[in-house]
Amino acid sequence: MKAGTLKQILLLTDGCSNKGEDPAVVAGLANQQGITVNVIGILDDDQTEEPEGLREVEDIAVSGGGVSQIVYSERLSQTVQMVTRQAMTQTLQGFVNKELRSILGKNQSMEELEPEKRGEIMEVVEDLGETSDLEVVVLVDSSASMRDKLETVKEALVDLSISLNARIGKNRFCIYRFPGRRNDIELVLDWSPKLDAISQVFPKLTSGGITPTGPALRAAMYQFSKKQLRRKWDEEPFDIEETGY
Amino acid sequence: MKNHSTLKKPAIKLHAGQNVIGKWHHQSYTVVRKIGEGAIGAVYLCTQRGRPVALKISEQDAAVTVEVNVLKALKKVQGYRLGPSLLDVDDWTAPNGRVYSFYVMEYMKGDRLGAFIQAEGKKWLGVLMIQLLDDLEQLHQAGWTFGDLKTDNILVESNPPRIRLVDVGGTTRMGRSIKEYTEFFDRGYWGLGTRKAEPSYDLFAVAMVFLHIYYPRRFDRVAGEASGKLLEKKLYRAKDLDLLHPILKRALKGKYLTASEMKKDVIDKMKQLQRRSHYHKKTRQKKNYPVLESFSISIVASIYWIISLLLP
Repeated sequence: MKAGTLKQILLLTDGCSNKGEDPAVVAGLANQQGITVNVIGILDDDQTEEPEGLREVEDIAVSGGGVSQIVYSERLSQTVQMVTRQAMTQTLQGFVNKELRSILGKNQSMEELEPEKRGEIMEVVEDLGETSDLEVVVLVDSSASMRDKLETVKEALVDLSISLNARIGKNRFCIYRFPGRRNDIELVLDWSPKLDAISQVFPKLTSGGITPTGPALRAAMYQFSKKQLRRKWDEEPFDIEETGY
Repeated sequence: MKNHSTLKKPAIKLHAGQNVIGKWHHQSYTVVRKIGEGAIGAVYLCTQRGRPVALKISEQDAAVTVEVNVLKALKKVQGYRLGPSLLDVDDWTAPNGRVYSFYVMEYMKGDRLGAFIQAEGKKWLGVLMIQLLDDLEQLHQAGWTFGDLKTDNILVESNPPRIRLVDVGGTTRMGRSIKEYTEFFDRGYWGLGTRKAEPSYDLFAVAMVFLHIYYPRRFDRVAGEASGKLLEKKLYRAKDLDLLHPILKRALKGKYLTASEMKKDVIDKMKQLQRRSHYHKKTRQKKNYPVLESFSISIVASIYWIISLLLP
């Protein structure tokens, strides 16, 4: 099986969206385009229970075909890399399941196989996870309440690139913040294989109390197609949607 | 509308007395208590027909399958027991209606490394480090990096004390990216290397494991301070480790490319230490000599003197 490119949006937020379309709906749309949407909800250190606003986190990830996790900022680094990897595995597993169904019949999926056979398939999934290329659009909530968390977010993203760059497959990241000063999202770092350089460009300032998560997700989704136009003449990428969405 | 299966599978908690019955192999396990929890699921002490076993269960089926694959691969490494032996792999339909994957392994009894050293003393440091490096050497030769090497994942079985590695959640094929790690023990976190699976990744963690014994509450990296310097400073403050300082320092710098190189240095150090203590005994005897000599000379002299007094 040939390794190809996996596409993910990683949304980091600490609250509920309050402007524009429903982010879960947009995430569903993105997922139909072969993009996985992962969401990490960041808790304040003194928050003892999950606030209402973070309920949305799970909904977005579920309809975006991705993984969600709610964490305190001290655990952010490990969570970001775990969520990204878990989502890669999940996507590849979905792809393998589809193949299985086309070979073995409608109701076959990995879960219905006995554990021994599952192990062999999982090795294939792991191989793919290690060798496929990965593109991640990172979307950072920079509304006022995030002010104290931005430094931790920056560290977590550098850490993520350390983890992913140890893989055999290639990586490309770009970072957007939302809301932007003029638009729904604002570019922080353009497509790049490493994130070591973000220290200089990462925002320290936050902007206002508006959290337009839905519109921001929609704008993030378009970053992939823009890039695909640019590399139109490159070799054909491995696309999840090719297998019949 | 969301259907049941697309909802995120909730984390599973088992309670004492609960029975976990496998869907495929129909084995039944009775939960005794929880013995560990990690990034992927939790481990419970259970009994199966009266014998104790360890059962690991998680909401992440894929991760369970990956760990099982590792355990099976390690089983094939002949003549050596690396990690716990695998007894069963199965699925269980929980009371909430969702299916959870689990596997069962031998239950290993022992102390955590830190607790053992605290109880038995620093004289065991060298021996246990050699054992640990020995195990890692075998593992590396079989093509694996342990990955998530930390004090919690190292048990010391007693009589005779023997190191056992538990939890293969981070165990990764050489050349790939480390699957799971714990920040304090991870060279990537300290900015002192990549997260590529290779022997030096584990050897860095070995040094951190021994450092952790003397900093049980761990410590964090400091923004603006070079981590290499910080770790060195912490190392020199752990006085009990002083004999191993040069070796640990080399490991932190990634200078050892294989576990056997590092093991050889530890063994040499131990030999040197034995020789030195032997030498110490000898010099102590030598030191006693001149005293004894002068004492006997003075006795002889006084005898002559007494005799000379007695003689007219």
